Amino acid sequence: MAKVLMKGNEAIGAAAINAGCRYFFGYPITPQNELPEYMSRELPKVGGVFVQAESEVAAINMVYGAAGSGVRVMTSSSSPGIALKQEGISYIAGAELPAVIVNIVRGGPGLGSIQPSQSDYNQSTRGGGDGDYHLLVYAPANIQEMVDLLQEAFDKADFYRNPVMVMGDGMIGQMMEPVEFKERPEVDLPPKDWAATGTEGKRKPNVINSLFLKPEELEDHNIRLTEKYDAMKKNEQQWETYNMEKPEIICVAYGTTARIVKSAIDTLKAEGIEIGLIRPILVWPFPEKAFVELPETAKMFLSVEMSMGQMIDDIKIVNQGRLPVEFYGRSGGMIPSPDGVVQKIRALLGGAK
Amino acid sequence: MAVVFEKTKGLTEKETHYCPGCTHGIIHRLVAEVLEELDVLGETVGVAPVGCSVLAYEYFNCDMQEAAHGRAPAVATGIKRALPDKVVFSYQGDGDLASIGTAEIVHVAHRGEKITTIFVNNAIYGMTGGQMAPTTLIGQKTTTSPLGRDSNLTGFPLRMSEMLATIDGAVFVERVSVHNPAAIRKAKKAIKKAFEVQLEGKGFGIVEVLSTCPTNWGMTPVKALGWLEENMIPYYPLGNFKSPEEAK
Repeated sequence: MAKVLMKGNEAIGAAAINAGCRYFFGYPITPQNELPEYMSRELPKVGGVFVQAESEVAAINMVYGAAGSGVRVMTSSSSPGIALKQEGISYIAGAELPAVIVNIVRGGPGLGSIQPSQSDYNQSTRGGGDGDYHLLVYAPANIQEMVDLLQEAFDKADFYRNPVMVMGDGMIGQMMEPVEFKERPEVDLPPKDWAATGTEGKRKPNVINSLFLKPEELEDHNIRLTEKYDAMKKNEQQWETYNMEKPEIICVAYGTTARIVKSAIDTLKAEGIEIGLIRPILVWPFPEKAFVELPETAKMFLSVEMSMGQMIDDIKIVNQGRLPVEFYGRSGGMIPSPDGVVQKIRALLGGAK
Repeated sequence: MAVVFEKTKGLTEKETHYCPGCTHGIIHRLVAEVLEELDVLGETVGVAPVGCSVLAYEYFNCDMQEAAHGRAPAVATGIKRALPDKVVFSYQGDGDLASIGTAEIVHVAHRGEKITTIFVNNAIYGMTGGQMAPTTLIGQKTTTSPLGRDSNLTGFPLRMSEMLATIDGAVFVERVSVHNPAAIRKAKKAIKKAFEVQLEGKGFGIVEVLSTCPTNWGMTPVKALGWLEENMIPYYPLGNFKSPEEAK
């Protein structure tokens, strides 16, 4: 299929429909409004359903209901709206239902700003709602990758019976790039025989539920869930490396920030300074396998983020104390410039070199 | 020997956890009998709330989904939109529907979702041990209004049916009670009508059922039924507030 020029938020909608998503429940919030607008326009054309809910809380609970019926369903929001959705996300995880949640991240805390940010790293990777659960969290760096991963997200949600988050920032939602909708490989997925669709008098009632009043049963449930999360950690790590042959510093950055870091790396390489990049494609599970063997030339890690350093802890965990972990970030909707990253790296290397 | 009475197929064999004298059991049976009589048990998905009836999914003999506190109408919306040919109902108490879930119930009516809500109003939070609800009567003592509900501090009891009847998308709104056999028969008629309205695709229907809570009211079951009749019905008048004939 030929490439088309699309705005990020609309490409997400097109990718979802392409992946078989026919149900969307949302609530307006900047900077993701083009996505529900696109869905309200396009879903009815393919026999789908768009509902603008009365709140993010209601929207995610509609997702929970539709997911319980076994359909492919999605919602989207931005940071403070995602905070409101955490109740429903926890229920979806607890009841083991597939659903895709798109978060076009904006600055926080509180009402924050409407500008691009990555300050939902903790909200996304640490659970967010109550209880022992995890989401797969995709963090694409461009619109093509967003489209590809979004389609993968629906398959993974069905495979694991678990909510999947796709996290972009305001930049990826608002920018336009050429994108190609590729032929998707057939994925072997288990039947949704658990769905509550009416017994038709042919089977015992199916119950969608996350309540376990007996503590031993809830513990068993949590152990089962953890086995699922362990399988995700084993099988779902994805990352990209860049210029990792003999780097003095290894940058770690995800999403659009990684593109800025690549520009800085190219600038410094032209001067003979070797800087590498590990870009997590999923931020949960964090790609610990990428950190097992490090180039001997590496003197330190540099986490580059559009936040005050929420990813540092994960880098420290996989670093296991081997190298210092430094940080460069902008927040509140300020975007790190390639030059800002270059300056930080020069300073870390001891001034002009 | 001829069988003159059978337990409804709409309920499972599970013994309920409800307190002695609680009227949830009656209301469950009415809903179950209606689903059986309409022959839709196999096409029904129910949504259980948080509150005393949190375990309703173990009692109704149909597919069920357990909602977060107050969110049953949103969950039911998601189900009904995904399965428009199925019968979808929510079963909610007054803490669930009239307090934490006010937005969800107002907007399920506002959108005219083709679902049925059974709203059990016993004027108190039962499951959590007898706290004040928005529906608690003036002067009624609860664990969080120990001197009796004072309107100056906590406002006046919410009349949900009257409020919801003002919404165009709500096509069937009726308040009933289960304090005596005559009232129970009327309650069943209203519940049946509400489901029929859904089957006809006319819009949102709700039946508010005045119910007792002997345990948290601190009364015997019999005294509680009398208290309901003498105190709740004057404030929460029984009757139909909206039916498809008058809905536009």
